Amino acid sequence: MEKINVSMKVNGKEESLKVEPRTLLVHALREHLEYTGAHIGCSSSHCGACTIDMNGKSVKSCTVFAPQAEGAEILTVEGIGSPDKLHALQEMFKEHHGLQCGYCTPGMIMRSYRFLQENPNPTEEEVRFGISGNLCRCTGYQNIVKSIMAAASKIRDEANVEKKEIA
Amino acid sequence: MDDVKIPSSEERKSALSGLGTSRKRVEDARFTQGKGNYVDDIKLKGMLFGDFVRSPVAHARVKNIDTSAALALPGVHAVLTAADLEPLGLHWMPTLAGDKQMVLADGKVLFQGQEVAFVVGDDRYAVADGVSLVEVEYDELPVVTDPFKAELKDAPILREDIADQKEGAHGARRHPNHIFTWEAGEKEETNKVLDEAEVVADEMVYYHRTHPCPLETCGCVASMDKVNGKLTVWGTFQAPHAVRTVASLISSIPEHNIRIISPDIGGGFGNKVGVYPGYICSIVASIVTGVPIKWVEDRMDNLMATAFARDYWMHGKISATKDGKITGLWCHTTADHGAFDACADPTKFPAGFMNICTGSYDIPVAYLAVDGVYTNKAPGGVAYRCSFRVTEASYFIERMIEVLASKLGMDSAELRSKNFIKKEQFPYTSALGWEYDSGDYHQAWEKAMTSVNYKQLREDQKKQLQLFKEGKSRKLMGIGLSHFTEIVGAGPVKNCDILGLGMFDACEIRIHPTGSAIARLGTISQGQGHATTFAQILASEIGIPASDITLEEGDTDTAPYGLGTYGSRSTPVAGAATAMAGRKIRAKAQMIAAYLLEVHDDDVEWDVDRFSVKGAPEKFKTMKEIAFASYNQAIPGVEPGLEAVSYYDPPNMTYPNGAYVVVMEIDVDTGVSDIKKVYALDDCGTRINPMIIEGQVHGGLTEALAISMGQEIAYDEQGNVMTGTLMDFFIPTAWETPTYETDYTETPSPHHPIGAKGVGESPNVGGVSAFSNAVHDAFKPFGLTQAHMPHDHWRVWKIAKDLGLHN
Repeated sequence: MEKINVSMKVNGKEESLKVEPRTLLVHALREHLEYTGAHIGCSSSHCGACTIDMNGKSVKSCTVFAPQAEGAEILTVEGIGSPDKLHALQEMFKEHHGLQCGYCTPGMIMRSYRFLQENPNPTEEEVRFGISGNLCRCTGYQNIVKSIMAAASKIRDEANVEKKEIA
Repeated sequence: MDDVKIPSSEERKSALSGLGTSRKRVEDARFTQGKGNYVDDIKLKGMLFGDFVRSPVAHARVKNIDTSAALALPGVHAVLTAADLEPLGLHWMPTLAGDKQMVLADGKVLFQGQEVAFVVGDDRYAVADGVSLVEVEYDELPVVTDPFKAELKDAPILREDIADQKEGAHGARRHPNHIFTWEAGEKEETNKVLDEAEVVADEMVYYHRTHPCPLETCGCVASMDKVNGKLTVWGTFQAPHAVRTVASLISSIPEHNIRIISPDIGGGFGNKVGVYPGYICSIVASIVTGVPIKWVEDRMDNLMATAFARDYWMHGKISATKDGKITGLWCHTTADHGAFDACADPTKFPAGFMNICTGSYDIPVAYLAVDGVYTNKAPGGVAYRCSFRVTEASYFIERMIEVLASKLGMDSAELRSKNFIKKEQFPYTSALGWEYDSGDYHQAWEKAMTSVNYKQLREDQKKQLQLFKEGKSRKLMGIGLSHFTEIVGAGPVKNCDILGLGMFDACEIRIHPTGSAIARLGTISQGQGHATTFAQILASEIGIPASDITLEEGDTDTAPYGLGTYGSRSTPVAGAATAMAGRKIRAKAQMIAAYLLEVHDDDVEWDVDRFSVKGAPEKFKTMKEIAFASYNQAIPGVEPGLEAVSYYDPPNMTYPNGAYVVVMEIDVDTGVSDIKKVYALDDCGTRINPMIIEGQVHGGLTEALAISMGQEIAYDEQGNVMTGTLMDFFIPTAWETPTYETDYTETPSPHHPIGAKGVGESPNVGGVSAFSNAVHDAFKPFGLTQAHMPHDHWRVWKIAKDLGLHN
């Protein structure tokens, strides 16, 4: 099958790759660009292990063709923090035992990342509904919910401090 | 010098993050940053992909396989069929249960999704194109999906390869579709007790077929290095060392030339214990093509073809006196094993530890028989988040207790309490032959009943029932109770082996000159957090902070031999090996310390992280100092260095136990259940890391919720899998998962070096019964005695309908 050029911005970096048009975005990210954070659990949009952020929306990258991401801004779990400065979600998932085998974690964190921008001050129930497109087989979600609530609070606190500093 | 205050023992102890601390997990840094290393993340130079052509039908002769169109496709490098594997003797492979299984269809197919041909190509896409071009001609045969019809006289013969064999791996076979009959206990004595009993309850309890469905599917990368003659396989292996031995035995590659590596594993739950055709085909394809081959199954492959769990039809009879003292238990189980017997049980236990089915109760006499049969379904029968067949056993007895309570007109909480094995009876030998190590069931039960305010719950239930009867509500309340006893930590080499490999486990420790350490184990974590918790065990044993101890598992070239992680055996067996290896380190450290302090070995004593002179605690040598000395001083009679290895053969199994309560409200018109409360009290002996224990309990309860309330592998009469995607196969989301209350009692195991029993699987064992009992309990006032799982909305609606509650 003839290959086509696709360009996208991944974690702030311009990337260009040559793929068959039928290449799924998750394969483009994992195999061509070597961002292996997003995982494949079902290839059918049910499990959410491949969740990434695309143009400011949560997307299950196993059901998007790479060419559909032409020109898109992509954010993966590798791009939201650094070993020296973890994102609040990464920190709180560690703090509250929000993961076990780690396979759902990148997708779960990326969904939460977007969810907390959609709803910065959620109730526990809203968190549960907000992440219900992402499956976890290990944790029973209780500590994931706890982690997200804690991260939400941390992000809000940091934002308040920033506001005060500006004022 | 005198001014320098020596930190107290307590202060030094807390600096270790040893046993009993909720140490944060060391694994999480990489997992939260997308830097885990799972099989599908592995990318080797020149690597090709492989995938299967699978059978669309459940039973057929394979008349012809035409690979020419696939092979003509650019990007496809090879197509393997049974004919290609036969000269190598690899078209069939041994199963862990002493049976054999087709690697690729050899003349016929026996279940839908069975592996027929293996296509190798440039990438997943080229391989998918190739798979679609392989033309297979099937001649369909009659299908057996009902295990009770497998042994009929005119039943189609499934396994023609062994149709004439009257003896199987587990004794006599009476029909071509019969695998084994396994018995335990006293048949005649039990029948006599039942015949003479004042009360007998008789019920068929079905534990349906389901699947462990880890979020990461099974897969591997096989790489045959022909220059050095070395085969390396990275794979989703819960038992890497056993895989190496099996691979050597069936491929005749010498074992020292095989290296098996389990990288990070995305959940296992028993699904990744067995050996699958994908592994064999990848290895063969790597040998044939000379380059590494990756095979990763997709979700449908996983649900349709890799190891299922349960599928036990358990017919039970339980007898008691009129006042509720249990006198005997009888069970006959029909076990549907699918097309090949690929259970992952210790050799001598073809029905696993189903003979733990007397549960937590002091039952004087019992008898169990299990008949295994072949059907046109996928092979497996693995322990899905439980020890071998223990969830089945626990579900059986906990349903029988409820059925008996109904018959006696007695509260089932009281019936349990009346029949629990008493604290002073431990160690207790059950009627079916197990020696329970320790427990205090009454204490746990009373704590549970008080915590949930059981009396009040029954009052609330009565009120709700009254409202229902008066037509003021369409909801019923159900209270599900369960008390379980697990049997884990397989196991003593004298009676536990898999393919002749004794089920010990091992730990090897090296203390570095600067006082930090590496420990390697024969197990492999799939999310349990071994790198965190085993370091805690060691920290307490050798006085080195857990944060200074690296844990490594899963590489057979570096880790000591062990039988892997499943059946909650890591803590009871490898955890014990870790403690014992630590004690060897300490014994040598004692000699070094005594030498350095210029006193006799017996004149120093261990104090958290150091040896000090008895009666003079200010004279001491810390483990760190001792470690350095072991590398730089010539100590008479002591070898340099500080290393130890322990191979631990457990003297007995461990017996975790617990008391669970589930409260739910059921809408009789929709069948929808609303879970109001889940209380789980676990006694796993010594608690290594309470945070991780709690996390394990949450996860296991959620799997129990899934299994009992909706998850199943269902087949139609033609043997088509009806639940082969995550659209049909129920996995609860955060939305329908309740919030759990956890609790504990702590009764250490007397024979385990640190008293730990294991916990990861307890919540699945206790949880399934509690959820299911709650559903039964809601409909009990209307005469329901037994309804088979899963209790999905439709089935619960149907219970209500059949009881006339919709009129």
